[in-house]
Amino acid sequence: MAITIQHHLKGSIIGGLIAMVLAVPFIGLYTVSTDQGLVVQTRWSWVVWSGVMVLVGSLAVALLRDVLSARRAGRPNRAAGTKPKRDDALTAKLSKGFAIGITLFAITLPFMPFSDRYIMDVGTTVLIFVLLGMGLNVTVGLAGLLDLGFVAFYAIGAYSFAILSTTLGWGFWVCLPLSGLIAALFGALLSMPILRLRGDYLAIVTLGFGEITRIIILNWQSFTGGPAGISGIPRPSLFGLSFDRRPPEGLTSFHEVTGISFATEHRLMFLYLIALSLVLAAAWVIKRLRALPIGRAWEALREDEIACRSLGINPVASKVSAYAVGGMLGGFAGCFFAARQGFVSPESFTFMESALILAIVVLGGLGSQIGVVIAALFIVLLPEVGREFADFRMIVFGIAMIAIMVWRPGGLLSQRIPTIRLSSIKGEAA
Amino acid sequence: MSLLQLTGVRTNYGPIEALRGVDIHVNQGEIVTLIGANGAGKSTLLMTICGQPKPASGTILFDGKVINDLPPHETAKLGIAQVPEGRRIFPRMTVFENLQLGATLGNPAHFDEDAAYCLDLFPILAKRRDQRAGTLSGGEQQMLAISRALMSRPRLLLLDEPSLGLAPLIIRLIFEVIADLNKTRGMTILLVEQNAYHALKLAHRAYVLAQGQVVLEGGGAELLANPEVRAAYLEGGSH
Repeated sequence: MAITIQHHLKGSIIGGLIAMVLAVPFIGLYTVSTDQGLVVQTRWSWVVWSGVMVLVGSLAVALLRDVLSARRAGRPNRAAGTKPKRDDALTAKLSKGFAIGITLFAITLPFMPFSDRYIMDVGTTVLIFVLLGMGLNVTVGLAGLLDLGFVAFYAIGAYSFAILSTTLGWGFWVCLPLSGLIAALFGALLSMPILRLRGDYLAIVTLGFGEITRIIILNWQSFTGGPAGISGIPRPSLFGLSFDRRPPEGLTSFHEVTGISFATEHRLMFLYLIALSLVLAAAWVIKRLRALPIGRAWEALREDEIACRSLGINPVASKVSAYAVGGMLGGFAGCFFAARQGFVSPESFTFMESALILAIVVLGGLGSQIGVVIAALFIVLLPEVGREFADFRMIVFGIAMIAIMVWRPGGLLSQRIPTIRLSSIKGEAA
Repeated sequence: MSLLQLTGVRTNYGPIEALRGVDIHVNQGEIVTLIGANGAGKSTLLMTICGQPKPASGTILFDGKVINDLPPHETAKLGIAQVPEGRRIFPRMTVFENLQLGATLGNPAHFDEDAAYCLDLFPILAKRRDQRAGTLSGGEQQMLAISRALMSRPRLLLLDEPSLGLAPLIIRLIFEVIADLNKTRGMTILLVEQNAYHALKLAHRAYVLAQGQVVLEGGGAELLANPEVRAAYLEGGSH
């Protein structure tokens, strides 16, 4: 044991020293605003501490790994490489149960006594990310076409609503389908130049698309408002009923008509329920699409493009439709986002968002809708839970993501559920 | 008139000439075999018929129609089904879903009947119906690839090395099924093979391809007896 500690100690000391070097600019220097303006100050003790923490931490990880592998070696079954057998049917059943459970929970959540503004707000954010995840899941998960610029569709949807409503005065319910349609058009447009691309090259082009969209929005001052964004976007109404205390002209307010006393919570509940219905509708549509020829063609395209051609599937049509449908869902999410915030600016549509949405799809298990829901919950809630860690919560978040990928490399739900499952044929062993 | 007629077909990969003026024809109800060494252009020929790559010159007639410029999904619509080299089943999908995809161009009304026919043709597939296709053995995957191609009720079946990497017993089974398809369903088949012995025994007619050109043609049994063919493709006695 002593030898292994010595062995690991060397690596850990080197790690600690490197951490100290790195910590000099990141942690050692900080700025303070004084009467003379910003002044750089130093805190060398923090640098030393970070070095020590890395040293101790890496030593602990190395030792823990030794202990674990020793224990694993003691278990002959695992060592022989026999993996526990997972049952497809069981996964399908569990996912279905979970889907029903989470849907019921989501529907009843706003009416629970403990739900407050904060829960409604976080819940709505989760739902937006679920919708985005479902959209990206069509292109990446089902059709197998990588998209690193999905945020573009989110932005296009949001700006479509923002511009249509502020210039033409159109309401949310008119603009929602329009935003989806516009985003779908851009999806089809994007798919044209990338029909022949695969893998890394596809990733680069889609990444570029996301950035181009953001930069155009940022610089087209006269149309998009540039960095200042667009404000004063109207909020959604319920059959012409507004949720504001003083409704805008031509609208009556919800609390006047129903006689329920006014509360801002009602508006949050209403937004949450809109988002929930969008998500449920999207989930249902995608589930149906998967069983239709077009959905099957997407999945077949992911599996083997050459085989698809030989079976008479038009790969061009499949790719274009996959990007269009994915983009459309992104557009819906964007439109809703704009209506909820009442304000859009390019800052909301950075590459970080694309990365988060992609993380949701990959973490959830490519192609799995329930996986998207679980991963979106995880990705949105974990930083919320980690709020006490303040600045360190993103580190906690990152570690948790790495941990999931180590233990579930195929994603949380990596099992693909067949679109059709017939009752057992006679004579077949169950 | 032949169902499929190729006249002077040339196909290039950039500067490389893979096919240098190939003339072959396949009549309705025939099994025609194409044999040749590696790199002779056999697979290129099948792919050219399907439409990718497109021929640089010459004509491909299918049922009297020029199909030179049709992309693969269009030629598939006309009734040409290819079982690609290396099987290329959809690994994450179940056997049954693979069959469904095979029926993409088929008449939905025929689906149940055709699926039952395929599962009857290869009973092992019926047992594996709800299993992921990627978990099948090589032979089962080949059976699935053939079944999948049959689901669209093609008029011409192109088989690219169905015996590739399979055990002798399975090869025999696959070839029996091919012969049976031809006999009972009247299926027209163009078969590309390395396994010259089995392929020639089965074929009504055969072509030998070398360096992108047809160097020999004749009846299957005739070529099997040909000393040149025996020397080039059958020495070492593959049985």
